[in-house]
Amino acid sequence: MTGLAAPDTLPREALAELLLSMADDEFVIGFWDSEWTGIAPMLEEDVATSSISQDEIGHANALYELHAELTGAHPDAIAFGRDPDDYRHAALLNHARTDWAFTVARRQLYETADATRLEALARSSYEPLARLAAKMRREERYHLMHLDAWIRRLAEGGSDARERLAGALVRLWPDAQTVFTPLAGEVALVEAGILPEPMAALRRRWAGEVGERLASLGLPALDPELEPAPDGRTRRTDEFRWLHAEFTMVARSDPQATW
Amino acid sequence: MTATDPRETVIRAALDEVADPEIPTISVIELGVIGGIRFEPAQGGGERLHVDLLPTFVGCPAIEIMREQVGERLRSLGVADEVEVRLSFEEPWTSDRISEEGREKLRGSGFAPPPHLRSLGPDELDLGGAAECPYCGSRNTTLDNAFGPTLCRAIYHCDACHQPFEQFKVL
Repeated sequence: MTGLAAPDTLPREALAELLLSMADDEFVIGFWDSEWTGIAPMLEEDVATSSISQDEIGHANALYELHAELTGAHPDAIAFGRDPDDYRHAALLNHARTDWAFTVARRQLYETADATRLEALARSSYEPLARLAAKMRREERYHLMHLDAWIRRLAEGGSDARERLAGALVRLWPDAQTVFTPLAGEVALVEAGILPEPMAALRRRWAGEVGERLASLGLPALDPELEPAPDGRTRRTDEFRWLHAEFTMVARSDPQATW
Repeated sequence: MTATDPRETVIRAALDEVADPEIPTISVIELGVIGGIRFEPAQGGGERLHVDLLPTFVGCPAIEIMREQVGERLRSLGVADEVEVRLSFEEPWTSDRISEEGREKLRGSGFAPPPHLRSLGPDELDLGGAAECPYCGSRNTTLDNAFGPTLCRAIYHCDACHQPFEQFKVL
């Protein structure tokens, strides 16, 4: 491994921002989709969606640990001790789970975007992140395979399934770009090789690839040139506030508890 | 690389008695989750034994129990003044790390062992390929669900003997 940033030149604040944005993405989608546990369309999917959500929350935990090593905060305090406005997940993950087609559409957009991001970060000069990204990519392969099968099934299913999926993809497309909303400290991260490519380059590659796959299934064309909203990682919704109240409920009930 | 510390043999033998909490027929050594073993000077003098534990899946909920049990077993050996067991991703755990003994034990308890990887690259992982039925040995099997009762297990059906079975996932 070359180009490892020496500790004194490490852009800590920017790196912490990157780690937090990724951790919050994984954490929030994990919680949204865990809501399907017990009520997914069929038993096998109940197991699958729960397992995928468990993976995502596990990834979030590992990323919060890396963030904690940099900032000295406690991972549990980062995960459960912040106000809703202090979370940094992409606006794509603000929406409630809605119906199954919406969940599949959102997850397909998120998983493919995350795959593009992880592929780049597996080449990061910050070795703890590069190693974790390489490990996560192996697990995410299962998610990608599973979601692609669902997209195909809904796209090739009856008109109701197809219309719901197409509608959700069109509705979510602008917010999906926000996975790649540029970070405040991005220039420093790219210079240090921590983020091997700017978010804009990653977004273009992802948008081209996912758009092509969806179009091949006869789904609506999505604009690959759409820019992500600058407030994509700071905008919060009432739907997310509701989820936040849910997932912090146990931690709030006894803030001094040892886990 | 210096010659292996003779204590490492003792340590590995001891850890071969620590069972995987989720599939107790196989030990943490056979599962391949024990990474580097080394001795370092301890802060308060003496020696510290440092062992890397490689999670199978990043979010494996059994990993903390495993870490405690590995630490407890090592402390009972008395080979160092201090023991530290640390989760590590320095070398990623892959399903190729499961030993031949481990694979045999998996088969014996109704799990198909994961096939050996042709390549270690994440983009070439061959997911959902045919598994060998641990009951009748047929490869005429179908993947029912890539997601099973734990993160590391997939569910298959044998089309020859009609027995459902689990596979330790390829990773």
